[in-house]
Amino acid sequence: MEEIGLLMQGFAVALQPDNMLLMLIGVVLGVLIGVLPGLGGANGIAILLPLTFAMPPVSAVIMLSCIYWGALFGGAITSILFNIPGEPWSVATTFDGYPMAQQGRAGEALTAAFTSSFVGAFVAVVMITFVAPVIAGFALRFGPPEFFAVMFLSFASFVGMAKGSPLKSLAAMMLGFLLAAVGMDTVTGQLRMTFGSSEMIRGFDFLVAVIGLFGISEILCSIEDGLSFKGQKAKIDLKVVLRTWKEMPKHALLAARSAIIGVWMGITPAGATPASFMSYGVARKMSKDPAGFGHGKIEGVIAPETAAHAAGTSALLPMLTLGVPGSPTAAVLLGGLIMWGLQPGPMLFVEQKEFVWGLIASMYLGNIAGLLVVLVAVPWFAAILRVPFPIIAALILTVCAIGAYTVSNAEFDIVLMLIFGVVGYVMKKLDYPLAPLVLALVLGDRTEEAFRQSLLVSEGSMGIFFHNWLSGGIMAAGIALLAWPLLGWLRGVIASGMGRARAA
Amino acid sequence: MAPAILAPGARAQRGWEPMRPVQFIIPAGTGGGADQMARVIQGIVSKHGLMKQPMVVVNKAGGAGAEGFLEAKGARGNPHMLVITLSNLFATPLATGVPFNWKDLTPVTMMALDEFVLWVKADSPWKTVADVIAAAKDQRLKLGGTGSKQEDQIIAAAITKSSGAPFTYVPFRGGGEVAVQLVGGHIDATVNNPIEAVTHWRSGALRPLCVFDDKRLAGTEKMTDTQSWSDIPTCKEQGLDVDYLMLRGIFMPAGVKPEQVAFYEGLMAKVRETPEWKELIQQGAFNTTTLTGDAFRAWLTKEDERHKTLMQEAGFLAQPS
Repeated sequence: MEEIGLLMQGFAVALQPDNMLLMLIGVVLGVLIGVLPGLGGANGIAILLPLTFAMPPVSAVIMLSCIYWGALFGGAITSILFNIPGEPWSVATTFDGYPMAQQGRAGEALTAAFTSSFVGAFVAVVMITFVAPVIAGFALRFGPPEFFAVMFLSFASFVGMAKGSPLKSLAAMMLGFLLAAVGMDTVTGQLRMTFGSSEMIRGFDFLVAVIGLFGISEILCSIEDGLSFKGQKAKIDLKVVLRTWKEMPKHALLAARSAIIGVWMGITPAGATPASFMSYGVARKMSKDPAGFGHGKIEGVIAPETAAHAAGTSALLPMLTLGVPGSPTAAVLLGGLIMWGLQPGPMLFVEQKEFVWGLIASMYLGNIAGLLVVLVAVPWFAAILRVPFPIIAALILTVCAIGAYTVSNAEFDIVLMLIFGVVGYVMKKLDYPLAPLVLALVLGDRTEEAFRQSLLVSEGSMGIFFHNWLSGGIMAAGIALLAWPLLGWLRGVIASGMGRARAA
Repeated sequence: MAPAILAPGARAQRGWEPMRPVQFIIPAGTGGGADQMARVIQGIVSKHGLMKQPMVVVNKAGGAGAEGFLEAKGARGNPHMLVITLSNLFATPLATGVPFNWKDLTPVTMMALDEFVLWVKADSPWKTVADVIAAAKDQRLKLGGTGSKQEDQIIAAAITKSSGAPFTYVPFRGGGEVAVQLVGGHIDATVNNPIEAVTHWRSGALRPLCVFDDKRLAGTEKMTDTQSWSDIPTCKEQGLDVDYLMLRGIFMPAGVKPEQVAFYEGLMAKVRETPEWKELIQQGAFNTTTLTGDAFRAWLTKEDERHKTLMQEAGFLAQPS
């Protein structure tokens, strides 16, 4: 077991006092970055990257990866407390996390989110440690058709999870696809639906839309409901952590399944966002009480958080072994590697053993440090909800505006955010679900791109999606998931038909 | 108080200096070649303390970089803004019809030129350019590249024009992704920049066939067991008369003062003297030509014309609507 020896060496490097200090600083900075929507892990790391150039590469990457962990943890905080996802993969966390906070269970939701993030990331790190070389090659099997199949599966596992009218879900999803199509079309190199406006060239950034649709519209709703946060009566102390932990073992199976989904999506490399949606969808489908989802079920927090972090962590694997960043944050880290004279790719594991294993060791330790920091802070985060609404609403609006601006440093995005806020409010009032819109907006253009790339490769034949067991298998799974409600309905029809036949 | 009084005089002697943080716009996404270079420059400037004010890197990738260029065009006279460019400086306005031209910016300096290499999988049967051309005539190969109607597709079209071999061009988002798609066997060939594919070459997954330059690459250090950058033949040697280099240059908005341009010219010259920069140049096998002032302008004028011709022949020009 050469890996164990190397890992121990890595721990020795990571456990030096100054590296431990950097780890702590990194986690705290990361949480702050994660809490501010729009600033995000990628921007945060980009801003802090120059600070690390004077350090040795191992220390620098330890600090940066701890910022990454902190940001991953921090993203859940605003999703649960204010219904504002700070990162794309936190969207699914809002579905049940925010209702929990409204019911006065913010502490519980935060603890569950942090703990399951930790579990997800931990599983992924263990996987990276022991099977990295085997699994790294797996990502190579993913060409455009396989990528499209994974996206198709994400959509399929999500369909039917929206409450209420399926037609309204479909309408919301189509609106999402429409918005996703604005801007540059990668396949033809042409601008689409920009109507000659230079502000529209960027297209609709997901974060701007989400801050508006979720955050601003929530404030509008709260104003209508009489200027109060429903969660403010919650009793908050550190015991909530222990209480929630006592509950957690019950959900071990769910966490394991979500972690597997996450790891798989991370290395494919579809990324954390589809992983979180898929995991939430699957958890709901497999649950005995699917109707309870969306009304503050703790499973609805555990599933997406575990998967998102398992995926976020395992996404570092294709970055290190193939030089392909699995996320924007990983892309910035990639720039850092080059600055330190390290060329990411297959040769990194061979030529820079000390660096790679120092990084992996810091993943273990950074994750543990991150969990401790955020758990201790749970009562303080939850206490934010006790601040009187008029004050906190003004603060949230400010943070939202800063967040929307930071995404691409454009004032126009603040206007867009407000428009999306009104759109979100109207959709809520008319009972249109927001989730399908967001899903289509996040994954829409990548899905379309993969679909068209596949057809370019196959010269127009749809058969390419079934050209091997991998994409064919994933497509079949997706079709089965889509057909699931239909099968249930058919069974109902047949059963009632038989009943009638027997009665007759 | 004396130092405070002295300071303005001292500054005047040394010429103009930025008074606010300098915004460094990348008209491309994170992780690509321009992004890497800009972040390395930012790192060098802060590590060696070359400038008192911080340099803030911003990605404005929307519309194949049009977003970043239009922002710089709108910032006339702003001396606290820099733009790093790639070939989309010429190609994006031509392909999309976005109202922009390189003359809307002030050229500062050419940092380097990025090379292009024709890559195939190491386990493919094609050992020479002629093999690939013959195979493409036979069964229409799939050539992957970054973006649509940008440098990679322009080269693909030029290969087809010169050799008569058709390719199906498949666009992807970034050079790293393109290289991995080739390693995975989902496409047959790429024209990746050296830095995008070097690690896969060294691991034995890819084979370089020729470089799209009129002379061979400079690096003589062995990159694999048997080959160095300079062992890769030029495409012309291989009978394929196509050459293409991509500008990595620094620009400012229009209407800035000559002393301001001079400051950044000097700054970038200092950047090019650092060991980190030399490391980047060596890793990426860049062509180290640098130009400033009128020579740079003349080069830009010529290149703009060349893109117009190449893209017109390939049918990539935006239709006037």
